[in-house]
Amino acid sequence: MNDSPLSVVGRRVRSLRSARRGPARYSAFDLVRRGALGKDWPRSFTQPDLKSSYDAVIIGAGVHGLATAYYLAANHGMTNVAVLDKAYIGGGGSGRNTAIVRSNYLTPEGVRFYDRSVKLYENLAVDLNYNVMFSQRGHLTLAHNDSSLRTMRWRAEVNKLQGIDSEVIGPDHISKLVPYLDVSPEARYPVLGALYHPPGGTIRHDAVNWGYARAAEHMGVHIHQYTEVTAIHVEADRVTGVSTNRGDISAPVVVNCTAGWASTVCDLAGVRLPLITHPLQAAVTEPVKMFLHAVVVSGSLHVYVSQTDRGELVFGASVDPYPSYSMRGSLEFTEELAGHVLELMPSIAKLRVLRQWAGLCDMTPDYSPIMGVTPVDGFLLDVGWGTYGYKAGPVAGEAMAELVATGKTPEIISSFDLARFAEGRLVGEKGAAAVGH
Amino acid sequence: MIRIPCPHCSARNSAEFRHVGEAAPRPDPSTATPEQWRVYLYERSNPAGWTTETWFHTMGCRRFISVERHTVTNEIRSARPVGSTGPGPAEALSARGDAGSPDAGGQA
Repeated sequence: MNDSPLSVVGRRVRSLRSARRGPARYSAFDLVRRGALGKDWPRSFTQPDLKSSYDAVIIGAGVHGLATAYYLAANHGMTNVAVLDKAYIGGGGSGRNTAIVRSNYLTPEGVRFYDRSVKLYENLAVDLNYNVMFSQRGHLTLAHNDSSLRTMRWRAEVNKLQGIDSEVIGPDHISKLVPYLDVSPEARYPVLGALYHPPGGTIRHDAVNWGYARAAEHMGVHIHQYTEVTAIHVEADRVTGVSTNRGDISAPVVVNCTAGWASTVCDLAGVRLPLITHPLQAAVTEPVKMFLHAVVVSGSLHVYVSQTDRGELVFGASVDPYPSYSMRGSLEFTEELAGHVLELMPSIAKLRVLRQWAGLCDMTPDYSPIMGVTPVDGFLLDVGWGTYGYKAGPVAGEAMAELVATGKTPEIISSFDLARFAEGRLVGEKGAAAVGH
Repeated sequence: MIRIPCPHCSARNSAEFRHVGEAAPRPDPSTATPEQWRVYLYERSNPAGWTTETWFHTMGCRRFISVERHTVTNEIRSARPVGSTGPGPAEALSARGDAGSPDAGGQA
């Protein structure tokens, strides 16, 4: 295509026209209509020009950043917002997690928070007009010894007090739910019981990212991919804007919604964090006929397994034993993982692993996130998402949007502030977040 | 898997080691303020690049070593006994032409 002024104007007019119409509404009727007429679907996202000023800049176009932008526009009418990402939408932790959603945490603060997220996920497909394939197939956390069974009981009671569907079940009930699981007493790690959480399940994580991005952009939010923040401007302890590889932006509010790179982004604003970044590896097998109808987690064996709608088994593990920003997989991981999965399900020994990958987890000392204000006025945090960031995407976005729009920290995230480390108010979630997903 | 050139035992698989953490000088207990203790206890540089950190050779010499590692590529530039600036015994031996490694020692 030539780039004569006329064609540039033509493109601009076309893009304006499509922006006015908004994205096509996805429906069964439209599917049939477009199929019959052979009409293509319009692009979901545009590539807007970078403006020199926004009311808020969000760093990181993953589920947290996009959800924050979406709720800013949907709940608070703030649309002069930019979401910046050094790569593409959902290319970091949001596209690398194992897509498990649950709310059976250990602390009342955690349970309340993640339950709100599950509730938002339940309506997300309708809210976004985007099929996010949320499948509440039930979530089982296995106990292989007395102490973990005790923690399960503790969690079940905390969960029930908060109105969450969560109970401890025995091996008979487990083998009804997951017939292929080895629950025999002869197993190397015998299954004594499990914490059963029926509303837990899996979701199509890419669809959530794309759905939030499409809906936010429809309301006027600018999503700038391949736009890396190179500096954060702070004057007299107040944030004034950012520099990027595509130009400078002035903004009174900058939100750090990055995972994996939270420390390096905070360094730009001179804010120090208590984070250590570890890779976490995951793998999928070749697809087979559906046989695993629940998410199965074993904390003792450091593994969680679920089957996708496509039939692949998705395995996740605990974080690698030393901090790193490397996203290379390792053979040790695959070996250990295979050994542990076969302890649980010996019958899948012939399944082949298709691929493996790693994502970055910013681990906090108490396994809870860091959300809210910093010593730099206007520079806000939504970081430290360790191994539990995806399931919190909607609630984190909703709460951060409220904080950005009103300037007040919502009660639901008030216990996750950065100051808790100075004031000794840690929210210890290790018992429910360390491996159990 | 990375290999760590332990200054006492020569290059070994990282599975033999325990990662202790970023090298952080401990504040002087007689003068440190609560703020300094908080920084020592929680705050980490967590750089994406070169860092100096402490490892413990759990399944080897059981000594603490100071390692310079690139956290993106996992390349290791140096490993020396904690607190020293010179080469460790293994490095000194290999400089003399003697590998000093049990692996290189042949059949016993």
